[in-house]
Amino acid sequence: MEVKTIAGAQVNVSDDGYLEDMSQWNEDIAKEIANEIGIELTDQHFDVLNYLREKTEAGEALTIRKVGKSGVVDIKGLYKLFPKGPLKFSSKIAGIPKPTSCV
Amino acid sequence: METKEIEKKKEIKEKKPLEKVCIICAKGSLEDVYATLVMANGAVMEGIETNVFFTFFGLDGITKKSMNHLHTATTGNPAMRMPGGLPFPTMLGGLPGVETAVSSMMRKQMEALDMPPVDEFLEMITAGGGEIYACKLAIDMFKLEKEDLSDEVSDIITIGEFYEMCDGDRTQIIFT
Repeated sequence: MEVKTIAGAQVNVSDDGYLEDMSQWNEDIAKEIANEIGIELTDQHFDVLNYLREKTEAGEALTIRKVGKSGVVDIKGLYKLFPKGPLKFSSKIAGIPKPTSCV
Repeated sequence: METKEIEKKKEIKEKKPLEKVCIICAKGSLEDVYATLVMANGAVMEGIETNVFFTFFGLDGITKKSMNHLHTATTGNPAMRMPGGLPFPTMLGGLPGVETAVSSMMRKQMEALDMPPVDEFLEMITAGGGEIYACKLAIDMFKLEKEDLSDEVSDIITIGEFYEMCDGDRTQIIFT
């Protein structure tokens, strides 16, 4: 664990760069992490991020299947929004822990 | 001194990630097909280019009629256990209906872990850009047509054509 300054805020991140405490998250942090990955965030991205944060807060394990059935975005759309890392990148940008699911 | 250390750190960090996986599925039992699907979908989710080749009995995993009703073997499967963990008697496994019941139970347990049915799993893989292929030789042997296969199957190809897709020095071929 290390402390990193993202978008002017001091946050705790894991070795992989995931936020350790999701309450330290804000939209500017999301934008900066996304920038590092090479994704420019739109409202559609934020819909997904908010959904992921809600579910994580409720203690639910996330899978791309669940996101695909959420009504927020389908799986194809999820890959379009977060290419090459539909769950990994979206979780990182949403400030939630690294996904542990295999599906 | 410090720069050297930083450089050293960078060197360790610079791994050579896998760029492509080519997975071959030649068996048609529930666990063999799911092993293939989980690995393929996992690769797609990691941003790895993914090609999957179904051949011989593995074709059951992409044939519309059979893909959502795959069975796990209840005889000749020493790892099979009763729900309580006791060994599963081979004689019991041979009784009519037992294999169907056990298989449907397994499917239910997988569903509980958010593992989708085969048709949906194939859709998930192609949604992320993975490609599914059927083996021409096996298709001919089992007298199947393209229409018999899942719509997610991109093409019926020979093993030679599949190998052509496996180029690149960060490519792995996995046989399940």
